[in-house]
Amino acid sequence: MSLLSVENLVARHGLLTAVQSFSFAVEPGEVVAIVGANGAGKTTLFRAIAGVHAAASGVIRFAGVDVTALPPHKRVAAGIAMVPEGRRLFPDMTVSENLRIAGENGRRGDWSLATVLDALPQLRPLVGVPAGQLSGGQRQAVAIGRALMSNPSLLLLDEVSLGLSPIAVESLYETLAVLKASGETTMIVVEQDLDRALGFADRVICMLEGKTALEGSAAALTRPQIAAAYFGLGAEAGKVH
Amino acid sequence: MLDALIQGILLGGYYAILAAGLSLMFGVLRFINLAHGDLAILGAYLVLFGVERLGLSPWLAVLAVLPVMATLGWLLQGMLFARTMRGGFLLPLLTTFGLGAVLQNGMFGLFGSDAKSLGNSIGSLSWDSWQLPFDISLGKLPVITFVIAVIVLAGLQLLLSYTRLGRAIRATSADPEAAELVGVDAATVHRAAAAIAVALAGLAGAFLAMRAVIGPYSGPAQLIFAFEAVVIGGIGSLWGTLIGGIILGVSQSLGSLLSPQWFQLAGHTLFLGVLGARLYLNHAASRGGLRLNLKGAR
Repeated sequence: MSLLSVENLVARHGLLTAVQSFSFAVEPGEVVAIVGANGAGKTTLFRAIAGVHAAASGVIRFAGVDVTALPPHKRVAAGIAMVPEGRRLFPDMTVSENLRIAGENGRRGDWSLATVLDALPQLRPLVGVPAGQLSGGQRQAVAIGRALMSNPSLLLLDEVSLGLSPIAVESLYETLAVLKASGETTMIVVEQDLDRALGFADRVICMLEGKTALEGSAAALTRPQIAAAYFGLGAEAGKVH
Repeated sequence: MLDALIQGILLGGYYAILAAGLSLMFGVLRFINLAHGDLAILGAYLVLFGVERLGLSPWLAVLAVLPVMATLGWLLQGMLFARTMRGGFLLPLLTTFGLGAVLQNGMFGLFGSDAKSLGNSIGSLSWDSWQLPFDISLGKLPVITFVIAVIVLAGLQLLLSYTRLGRAIRATSADPEAAELVGVDAATVHRAAAAIAVALAGLAGAFLAMRAVIGPYSGPAQLIFAFEAVVIGGIGSLWGTLIGGIILGVSQSLGSLLSPQWFQLAGHTLFLGVLGARLYLNHAASRGGLRLNLKGAR
């Protein structure tokens, strides 16, 4: 049984339909990367799965249960955690408070303040610092740690490397690789860096105007294929050859 | 003079209790509860009801009324405010304004228009005082009010800093959606904050009824005092409400040395002065700081 299955999901911003009858499924332990241009509907899709954006129609099933009507905090309790775009930390609260609040309101499990700090050792000297004073890379690490604190079985990571230095990105992906190797956390990532996406994910979905333009295993897809789907050149490219 | 100063500081304790609820509600729910003063008066009437009809002792009646007011706040947030908050920032203002009118006229219908006071029920406490050197008399009731204000604010501070609910309140206040994403039930946190705020309003109302007379239409004036204390002390700052309350109380107390009208006038004038200075400094800061601005004006 799929861990997450999205069936004919439609999500709108006013008159704009950001996600158009989108369907996909994710198996337990799988890592899926979603790529696509700005405005392709990636973030809206994530927000609909996490429950902070209402679905206009369609069904979101998590571990076999229809969660489409559940509020976000109940989805966290069910095991969905999202690292939102822009991290969205609580700036006046310390790093340890940011982590604890997710721990005490999320699911029980193996992740605790101690294990999260073991996995993200760069946060250890920062536990008493207000989150608003951290650098971009540190904030992203806190945001990932905060999501892990709620012991999710599905982790949604929106714009993992956006605005971060290459060193910070490297360090975050090392952490995520360890998480992937453990096989316990299913991940869906939105990643603009195509090489990263292909290198890290098992499967890649390319979104275009709210629909799937291309889908395949990361090993089988080539960069030109993805680039064509990314810019919506699939049909024209086909004609040329 | 010194006497007026001390009376003013102690009066600030009452304003701090009244303003803390208003400030908490604004900080967490992001709207100004225009019915806050009327809720305070409702709390006072409930205490009076407990004392006069049920024969409770005044302090026991206050203790009994606090959970009633908290429940009222919980229900108001759940059934009324939460819906209006979805309609933008103006709708909660209008709703609480209307709620204030309903409360005022409801209390008029239920309790009549007679001015009432708890002063008769608390015995000699209304006039008892400690005599200090230099001819200063320290009223026991104002001192008790002030001490309870400090206890209430310290308790709120501890709650916000060190408890699970406090962390959830701070997170929801900063970013309700991000709070939901870490598993916090923002709607419940909002109800809890409203419950605390309305209970504090009731406590303030009880103290008001102990030292003064109240009527069903006394609420709006109290709302203005609470609002002034919040603005003077800095919006969203817990201890700021105590400072703001003290500054307001002192200015009123010193103003009343001039003439009885100046009790109110001094407070309002100070409030307008602080508000004007805040706006001017903000304006200056957005244009490169006060000094640069003054230089430019020359």
